[in-house]
Amino acid sequence: MILEAKNITYKYRRDSKYIYRDFSIKVESGSRLGVIAPSGFGKTTLCKLLSGYEKPLSGKVLLDGKNLLSYKGYCPVQMIWQQPEIAVNPRIKMRSILAEGDNLRESLLEDLGIKDEWMDRYPQELSGGELQRFCIARALGEKTKFLLADEITTMLDMVTQSGIWHFLIEETVRRNIGMVIVSHNRPLLEHVCTEIYNLCQ
Amino acid sequence: MLASWNNRKALLAKTIILTVFLIIISIGGIFMEEAALETDFSRKNLSPCFKYLFGTDNLGRDMFARTMCGLSASIRIGILASAFSSVIALVFGIAAALGKRIDFIVNFLIDLIMSVPHILFLIIISLCFGKGVRGVVIGLSLTHWTSLARVIRAEVVQLKQQPYIKISGKLGKGKLYIAFQHMLPHVFPQFAAGLVLMFPHAVLHEASITFLGFGLSNEQPAIGVILSESTKYLVSGMWWLAFFPGVMLVIVVICFYAAGNNLRKVLNSASAHN
Repeated sequence: MILEAKNITYKYRRDSKYIYRDFSIKVESGSRLGVIAPSGFGKTTLCKLLSGYEKPLSGKVLLDGKNLLSYKGYCPVQMIWQQPEIAVNPRIKMRSILAEGDNLRESLLEDLGIKDEWMDRYPQELSGGELQRFCIARALGEKTKFLLADEITTMLDMVTQSGIWHFLIEETVRRNIGMVIVSHNRPLLEHVCTEIYNLCQ
Repeated sequence: MLASWNNRKALLAKTIILTVFLIIISIGGIFMEEAALETDFSRKNLSPCFKYLFGTDNLGRDMFARTMCGLSASIRIGILASAFSSVIALVFGIAAALGKRIDFIVNFLIDLIMSVPHILFLIIISLCFGKGVRGVVIGLSLTHWTSLARVIRAEVVQLKQQPYIKISGKLGKGKLYIAFQHMLPHVFPQFAAGLVLMFPHAVLHEASITFLGFGLSNEQPAIGVILSESTKYLVSGMWWLAFFPGVMLVIVVICFYAAGNNLRKVLNSASAHN
């Protein structure tokens, strides 16, 4: 499968400056595209556009030639957010949060180091790193074909970071999932990605 | 840590005392109905004394029994009406999550009902349904939901912008699922407090339309009936006919208000669900 943005234009308000103008980018299944840019260059916006949270003003986001917004129900392009704290409902227990994922396989939790005792807690009783593992697991449902990672490991220590990236690479290669990995950390991207795109150019 | 726990406990204790007081009045009143209707001309127009705490009226009826009975009826009608009303508010408030068009209609309805004074709508609806308990309850239910619905709708509109709600949508969850699974837990504290706080309004409005003659029937010992009858005798110096029932009504309303506010504090504190 191919996920591509075709000539997209985007700005947040009518009177603000363009964030993207005639911008195109393309990812294939099984490959990992790293996107690097300093803060404020619209990395998160790119993720939101590619996963259908925001709609481009012109141009299209296509999945296998079909407009991404025309997919009903489970979206095959899932995004993992930078701050897991805002990506989970504070009034719902972790077990129900995970249940929203699409047919998650059992061993997923083990692979991500999610402990059983965390399942019956509320999000504010877990740390950011622990929450992020839940968010990653939730996004890895059966129907997920592309995964967008928006600075997902910035709050983690090196050991945990490397553990999570090893898992993600292994998982996405095995299931032939395409990834877009956004970061301002070039060494990380050079390590995990198959190609790197610099937004500054 | 300990201080906040004590605070919560004190709030809860206060709420429980208030609730018990209100339950005693509402149940006690039911058993006093016979005493409230009993006329005895040998004891008419007595001022408050030890035997007749609130005095008696010109038909020799015990005003204490009549007041309790009236309050009990008011409380029961109030509970029924605010229960119906808050359910309407919850349904309409959460309906705002289902789509722009539904939200527009709900907003329009809220504005429509709020733009006319409650009491006018109440009188019309109560008359339409033949006055009495049924007319009053339906009237109260159909007019009192607006402000709570507006609060819940505001909360829902704000929730719709939360990332976790959008993520749930991208995970293929429907709007109904999101409304019940994600939004209901957030609006529940508002709902519970709103339910109790709607109560004083309902009780006061019930008393006022009964006073005006569009509510409960004259034979029924209702606070509104007692107050409207007493106005005829006030000039002849029988102050107790209006004073005690009026004061009791105010006390009951204040109790409900305090209970509602306490409940809101208890439910809204950050640690409420831990």
